Amino acid sequence: MSKQQPTQFINPETPGYVGFANLPNQVHRKSVKKGFEFTLMVVGESGLGKSTLINSLFLTDLYPERIIPGAAEKIERTVQIEASTVEIEERGVKLRLTVVDTPGYGDAINCRDCFKTIISYIDEQFERYLHDESGLNRRHIIDNRVHCCFYFLSPFGHGLKPLDVAFMKAIHNKVNIVPVIAKADTLTLKERERLKKRILDEIEEHNIKIYHLPDAESDEDEDFKEQTRLLKASIPFSVVGSNQLIEAKGKKVRGRLYPWGVVEVENPEHNDFLKLRTMLITHMQDLQEVTQDLHYENFRSERLKRGGRKVESEDMNKDQILLEKEAELRRMQEMIARMQAQMQMQMQGGDGDSGALGHHV
Amino acid sequence: MSKGFPETRTDAAMSELVPEPRPKPAVPMKPVSINSNLLGYIGIDTIIEQMRKKTMKTGFDFNIMVVGQSGLGKSTLVNTLFKSQVSRKASSWNREEKIPKTVEIKAIGHVIEEGGVKMKLTVIDTPGFGDQINNENCWEPIEKYINEQYEKFLKEEVNIARKKRIPDTRVHCCLYFISPTGHSLRPLDLEFMKHLSKVVNIIPVIAKADTMTLEEKSEFKQRVRKELEVNGIEFYPQKEFDEDLEDKTENDKIRQESMPFAVVGSDKEYQVNGKRVLGRKTPWGIIEVENLNHCEFALLRDFVIRTHLQDLKEVTHNIHYETYRAKRLNDNGGLPPGEGLLGSVLPPVPATPCPTAE
Repeated sequence: MSKQQPTQFINPETPGYVGFANLPNQVHRKSVKKGFEFTLMVVGESGLGKSTLINSLFLTDLYPERIIPGAAEKIERTVQIEASTVEIEERGVKLRLTVVDTPGYGDAINCRDCFKTIISYIDEQFERYLHDESGLNRRHIIDNRVHCCFYFLSPFGHGLKPLDVAFMKAIHNKVNIVPVIAKADTLTLKERERLKKRILDEIEEHNIKIYHLPDAESDEDEDFKEQTRLLKASIPFSVVGSNQLIEAKGKKVRGRLYPWGVVEVENPEHNDFLKLRTMLITHMQDLQEVTQDLHYENFRSERLKRGGRKVESEDMNKDQILLEKEAELRRMQEMIARMQAQMQMQMQGGDGDSGALGHHV
Repeated sequence: MSKGFPETRTDAAMSELVPEPRPKPAVPMKPVSINSNLLGYIGIDTIIEQMRKKTMKTGFDFNIMVVGQSGLGKSTLVNTLFKSQVSRKASSWNREEKIPKTVEIKAIGHVIEEGGVKMKLTVIDTPGFGDQINNENCWEPIEKYINEQYEKFLKEEVNIARKKRIPDTRVHCCLYFISPTGHSLRPLDLEFMKHLSKVVNIIPVIAKADTMTLEEKSEFKQRVRKELEVNGIEFYPQKEFDEDLEDKTENDKIRQESMPFAVVGSDKEYQVNGKRVLGRKTPWGIIEVENLNHCEFALLRDFVIRTHLQDLKEVTHNIHYETYRAKRLNDNGGLPPGEGLLGSVLPPVPATPCPTAE
């Protein structure tokens, strides 16, 4: 603060400039060096283009040796969890991206137990983080918690299916859900609008909590505000994925070639792919924060309330306590009755048996 | 004198060596002899004309069932096939319908006329199929419905005083809609087709085929065909019912190359190259439903309506219905249902064997 400080820390225009406004830059530099971690889960029926979309989003091939099982094999299969990690670097910024895939979801004839595996995976990651956080060596905690879940909705239906509703309600308190309408090139624009509206209505009707983009701060610039507004208005995003380069209008674009035209993946008039990518990138930090501040904290408080006991459910606990309390009450009432009887005997007897009052129940 | 036209013979003399031109006979011409204009051509071939007139007068029944998950475009496709609003969705413009909790069977009948021929078309829809979380045995209501129609027909047939023309409510054709995932069939598809291909003619159809590019489409079709074969599912036209070589070659081509048909349905018209066509308009182009380069709707329509309509009915009557009937009679101890119980009351399905009068 004194003028003897080296000149680089004094801004000659504003005396009294301390310099901690530089802090965000330092944080930024440190984070860039450390790199970012992000875990994305994709859930949806087979054949909705999940893998293609992930490959398109991150311009990579996450599934090089993929074998698609036939229907007869699918009958026997249960839901699997497959996590693949890839390190992406762009302009010096490192991202360690983990994509958690859930093959087998929605395939079986009876999908009642479809989501148990998925929910236990999410809980396991929370459990592990809680354990690490409470441990002695907290320097290198690896964050494998699921920060975001892309839930793929079929474009063929008229809205949400019973399975969609049941699954989203089961995990909306554990993870940020981003609903995505897959294979959007099946729909005309009118059909798309109708489907989006229908889905939003049904989400509200069933009280499903999906991830809400935070509103732009009032001090952000107009462009950013406008962009956020557009993004919010397009949820759920209807996307098309592809990594094939097609020749269209003289240039090479990523798209799908049909006899009646070319669907361009990165054309905002054709689908919402760019919006989805923008949302994911600009809100990666926010998704992590909500996971930490909301979902993880929920999990943590529930877990700590239960303590070390391996109790199945809260309700059973309460019932047990109630029963125990009732039993105790009865015991006390019996004890009081006995003591009263003894007192009466004493008063009647005259020469009390000193032992009568002395003995314990 | 005519100017180069063939001379019409107005003179009475008829040469014995050069017979008059006569209508092309169905049987080869017999050698001409005196008084020959009555021999050689019998007129058997006119029976075709007689049958045609009869059919036109009486009209015919056709019952088509559509099965598949909700949203695969079943109703739209049926409307497109028959170029009229014949499906369940047409009767109530209510696209906000909820998915029913169990499989329902809804049959809607219409009379369509074309070229003097009347067709009583019944479309049987199955909302709720495959839409629940637990879809076990969801094909059972459908199987039950099909067997009930056979039972109805059997009862009429067995009556002492039979109706002249038994109303035919049996399901002649079942279009099964496969979801265009691009991967393979779903376990539910396999189970349904395994159970039902034995009681009804199933025609598998790939719905909403505008989801797939040409390569994806042909790969998917190949994979589906292979899966159906590996699992022993006989869809229509079944190999074992090909009657002769001509049928076999024609049907083989359909079975091995065209089926399952990858279709797109639409009831909206757009202007393309100066013509009004049925199609779907997207920001990247217009998908023409009847254009063979875009989808195989025209093939399906020709197959079901223009070439194999009668055969579908025949296979249903001669094979599926007969199988059902034989089973029922066997259960009844070899007697037609109705006998053994004073002939008036039919035993419930499946019947307990009745004591035969010795």
